[in-house]
Amino acid sequence: MSLDRTDVEKIAHLARLDIAEQDIQEYAENLTDILDLVDQMQAVDTTDIKPMAHPMDAIQRLRIDEVTEGNQRDQLQTVAPAVEAGLFQVPKVIE
Amino acid sequence: MFEKTLAELAQGLASGEFSSVELTRSYLDRIKAEDGALNSFITVTETQALAQAEAADQRRAAGDAHAFTGLPIAHKDIFCTQGVRTSCGSRMLDNFISPYNATVIDNFNTAGAVSLGKTNMDEFAMGSSNESSFYGPARNPWNNDCVPGGSSGGSAAAVAGRLAPAATGTDTGGSIRQPAALCGITGLKPTYGRVSRYGMIAYASSLDQGGPMARTAEDNAMMLNVMAGFDPKDSTSIDKAVPDYTLTLNNSLKGLKIGLPKEFFSGEIDPQITAQVQSAIREFEALGATVKEISLPNTHLAIPAYYIIAPAEASSNLSRFDGVRYGHRCEDPANLEDMYKRSRGEGFGEEVKRRIMVGTYALSEGFYDAYYKKALQIRRLIQQDYVNALAEVDIIMGPTTPHPAFKLGEKSSDPIAMYMEDIFTISLNLAGMPGMSIPCGFTNGLPVGLQLIGNYFAEERLLNAAHQFQQATDWHKQTPAS
Repeated sequence: MSLDRTDVEKIAHLARLDIAEQDIQEYAENLTDILDLVDQMQAVDTTDIKPMAHPMDAIQRLRIDEVTEGNQRDQLQTVAPAVEAGLFQVPKVIE
Repeated sequence: MFEKTLAELAQGLASGEFSSVELTRSYLDRIKAEDGALNSFITVTETQALAQAEAADQRRAAGDAHAFTGLPIAHKDIFCTQGVRTSCGSRMLDNFISPYNATVIDNFNTAGAVSLGKTNMDEFAMGSSNESSFYGPARNPWNNDCVPGGSSGGSAAAVAGRLAPAATGTDTGGSIRQPAALCGITGLKPTYGRVSRYGMIAYASSLDQGGPMARTAEDNAMMLNVMAGFDPKDSTSIDKAVPDYTLTLNNSLKGLKIGLPKEFFSGEIDPQITAQVQSAIREFEALGATVKEISLPNTHLAIPAYYIIAPAEASSNLSRFDGVRYGHRCEDPANLEDMYKRSRGEGFGEEVKRRIMVGTYALSEGFYDAYYKKALQIRRLIQQDYVNALAEVDIIMGPTTPHPAFKLGEKSSDPIAMYMEDIFTISLNLAGMPGMSIPCGFTNGLPVGLQLIGNYFAEERLLNAAHQFQQATDWHKQTPAS
């Protein structure tokens, strides 16, 4: 598997990452090397092997639907880049 | 004082030989004097540390001291600490003053521990050399031209350099065990789910696990006593009683069955490391253990599977850093997409971007079965190798790393060469079992680590074996010249 400039640009867009023009070639090479490394997996027959997502095969724990924590909005927004009247500010998205 | 273990310092506090304030001040002074060379701390919390030490001394005077009360330690800068910058080694979180505590931090606070500060690390725990830190690399106390390992490199360097008696770390593919080996200290990655991940900034959620790093197995046991336990705030935390890990340290090793995987003793390994590990195993035989060769046939597939699973989970976990609610936001965004892209492009370093892109690609439309599903199937094969082997033996042993600490810059331009340094540690995270690294010798003046691997929740047995080895040897007592 070999990735080119267009692939890198597409992946960077999907990941919402700004990549400098002069770095694209190096990313293409590095990502190609990594994909070559992981391609060793393709030589293994894994038919009928159940994928393992969690070491203990644990299932999602549920709890009673009740309020356990109070509102901490002001405290949590102390680290926000831009806040007004308790709302997170972002660039305009609706014309 | 700086050569004392946590256990010895605890005795000194209990007997009144020194106070926590005196002890804490000594360490803070030493950090000031010595950390310029090591760069093992990102943030030193002097004011908070002295306040905690004073509170610990008062608590002791009131007759309410816990075994850990007044002991100063350092925390990897991946654990959210209320009111303190928690950077995760990234420009993205350089301005992040955590509004809450990780459960691990809460646990140490409840026990009355003192936090000296937050240690250096590879950015978002992605790395094996500490060179991907936004704050510059930490350095190996045994040779300042060498890396301390990673990602918990600052914690390992601080403990080995005697700037803290112990520190917390996290291990996703070897990030506790590998730096412990390269810096000549003792570190433990617990069973997945044993230590709460709440407030521990996520890299690869199904692999990440916090654990102790200190000079001795006994100190690791004291720390794990504080760190381990069920946490309702972590949905992957396991609800299982926590033993007192210090009570079984002195059990005899007579009859202990040790397995040596042939895959860990072949291929490209420093011959001095193999020799030191074999001599350590003879020491275990002298302590009453028996040894047999075993096989973990899928070992060579661990790095390929890891470099799909971990980046895939990272690409999802790190999507939360979007410049909206916390972390870095770019100047004057033209629109929302521009804000996402530039905030992330500026906030993340190269290795983090590389892994986000690999993960994004592996999870993108049309590739899921070939990469992610395949990697999860291989993961089960690797787990089965360990389950089968641990049905025959009690502990698996081998080298922690194929090479000792390497020079700064030696591997930083070749990601694959860097990844290969984790060949012996990474499979254990995929399996979810506990593992340790303990010092067992030197090669060219650099420490060598012996890895001990046990079955799920076999931390007591690992700590017991490591402690008995440390009663019979003095590798863990060696100090780098400073």
